[in-house]
Amino acid sequence: MKKRTGKGYIINTAVIAVIIVAFAFIKSAFGGNEQFRLIIVPSLWQCCYLIILAASLNLILGFLGQLSLGHCGFMAIGAYAAALISLAFQRAGVFTEKAGPAFVLVLIGCILAAGILAALVGLLVGIPALRLKGDYLAIITLGFGMIIVNIINNIPFAGQEGLSLGSASASLYKNGLGFGTASKVTYLWVALIVTLICLTMMFMFIRSKYGRAIKAIRDDEIAASASGINTSYYKIFTFTFSAFFAGIAGALYACANATLSTSSFAFTNGGILNSTFIVVMVVLGGMGSLTGSVVSAIVMFFVNYQIKNGLWVKSLPGFLGGIFAYPMLVYAIILIAVIMFRPRGIFGTYEFSLLNFVRDIKEHRAKKALQKAGNKEAKSND
Amino acid sequence: MTESKKPVLETRNLGITFGGLKAVQDFNIQIFEGELVGLIGPNGAGKTTVFNMLTGVYLPTVGSVILNGEVLNGKKPHQVVSSGVARTFQNIRLFKQMSVIDNVKAAITKDIKYGMVDAMFRTPKFWKVEHELTEKAMDLLSIFKLEGKADQLAANLPYGQQRKLEITRALATDMRLLLLDEPAAGMNPTETAELLECINAIRDRFGISILLIEHDMSLVMNICERIQVIDYGLTIASGLPEEIAKDPKVIAAYLGE
Ligand SMILES: Nc1ncnc2c1ncn2[C@@H]1O[C@H](COP(=O)(O)OP(=O)(O)OP(=O)(O)O)[C@@H](O)[C@H]1O
Ligand SMILES: [Mg+2]
Repeated sequence: MKKRTGKGYIINTAVIAVIIVAFAFIKSAFGGNEQFRLIIVPSLWQCCYLIILAASLNLILGFLGQLSLGHCGFMAIGAYAAALISLAFQRAGVFTEKAGPAFVLVLIGCILAAGILAALVGLLVGIPALRLKGDYLAIITLGFGMIIVNIINNIPFAGQEGLSLGSASASLYKNGLGFGTASKVTYLWVALIVTLICLTMMFMFIRSKYGRAIKAIRDDEIAASASGINTSYYKIFTFTFSAFFAGIAGALYACANATLSTSSFAFTNGGILNSTFIVVMVVLGGMGSLTGSVVSAIVMFFVNYQIKNGLWVKSLPGFLGGIFAYPMLVYAIILIAVIMFRPRGIFGTYEFSLLNFVRDIKEHRAKKALQKAGNKEAKSND
Repeated sequence: MTESKKPVLETRNLGITFGGLKAVQDFNIQIFEGELVGLIGPNGAGKTTVFNMLTGVYLPTVGSVILNGEVLNGKKPHQVVSSGVARTFQNIRLFKQMSVIDNVKAAITKDIKYGMVDAMFRTPKFWKVEHELTEKAMDLLSIFKLEGKADQLAANLPYGQQRKLEITRALATDMRLLLLDEPAAGMNPTETAELLECINAIRDRFGISILLIEHDMSLVMNICERIQVIDYGLTIASGLPEEIAKDPKVIAAYLGE
């Protein structure tokens, strides 16, 4: 067996350090650039929460093997929790400007609180829901997603003016977090680091006894319980763990948007934030590959971006242009195409690992060197 | 076998009905420490159903299952495992998309003493436990000479080795009683002979008791110390192999009346 050493740590830490330095460099170089501020930074924010969403749903879909369609519900909880809590702090005068150490503390606290609240709701929903399987679980989680949106719609203080009681509308205009262009640039590091931490936590989860147990449940639930695995416990645990990250993604969403509206979390929403879109991301990337989820979240972000903003889309003739007017249709077509032509997704269950990558390159070089030596020998023999 | 010894497993009037079908009735068996008992009967006799009742997959309609004096009825399958009973399945059930070694490691659930915090921060405790798990799993895999296949996907193993891996996984649970449901099904005579040797080796090494369902009469007659025969859910005979082979009821059941 391979013996684990500190090598992996060193390589990963080094890479993270390089990323942070590169990021600081890019920011100082392009900070004044319009394109960077108005397009790239908001896109990165979006990619961050999409990556967290896709990866966390993959824990349930790809690793635990259960179909859940209510992931956006947990995201909505996280988004509203973060927005309302930050608003409360703002009203209390803890911060006035979106700057300073007090604000950063509130920001981080809100992100954490959003995750914890979503996890708590995940636990409450998971305990009864996970007694069901397959289509039944899909339906109940789908229903849950709708119920959450309706509940938020009817919470008095979640309305237009935020914590001011009485206005029970779905939209929250005065979001305590809601970043403008400048703040988005300033706090991009928060989004990136939060995403990195979330991904690391999920990797650690699947590469431990927890990952082994839930993959066993996915492959054969009866055999898993006959091997001593407490299947209900691990199912509920994973569901809760996954909801935690959906909540965090929601908090990042609240940061990236000045206005929150429950309709953007609704199942019928044609945008990027509906549970179908997240399922498409997971299936496209590969059920059971976090690497796949990261890549496909970025790919699907581009697809969505092109549909919304691409000039070529607007110049498409009649029928084709008609399809692109309904993004949901495009996602459905992508989903069907993936299932028909590449049912295991782009990556299957492959995981990228820097350590293995470095090792493979070394092996490849060694092989080439051997071949060269062999060729030379053959030639000299001639 | 001395009668004064206490049985590891004992059932009392165990029975189950599916709708109107009495699949198993009045099933009584005693298995003593280190014993290898055979459970045979024609197709559809109710053998697998007995296993399912013993392991908590089915809840018996009547009767009780007692393991070392502790009543097992109503326990969930994973609780039965932690009480010390493990099984294999008639149709192999492996964790197909996992590696061979992970199949075994997944079943070692007893001594994993690390939690989420250790897993998230990769504490020394985490590595220590994981190393121990890997060592233990490799050790178990070597019983059936599967250690060379540790990193392969379970689904890619040939049929015979899949059966062996399933038994290895059952051993990983640290059981005292092993239930084997037709382990030789689909194996050729050489593979069956090899399996026989391994079953004996396992008994010697772990000192466990085994309850074996098997269709291959020669195998059963060869290695079982006692045999119980059921037909249409009812026990029709039980005793030493020689007695069973001569029993007219058993012969009738197997040849058809
Ligand atoms: N869940 C169930 N629901 C209804 N009937 C069942 C169920 N499980 C088993 N049976 C019935 O109980 C009877 C015994 O089945 P069982 O699988 O225990 O037979 P068996 O002795 O293992 O046979 P085989 O040698 O073919 O494996 C059969 O008639 C079967 O149809
Ligand atoms: Mg059977």
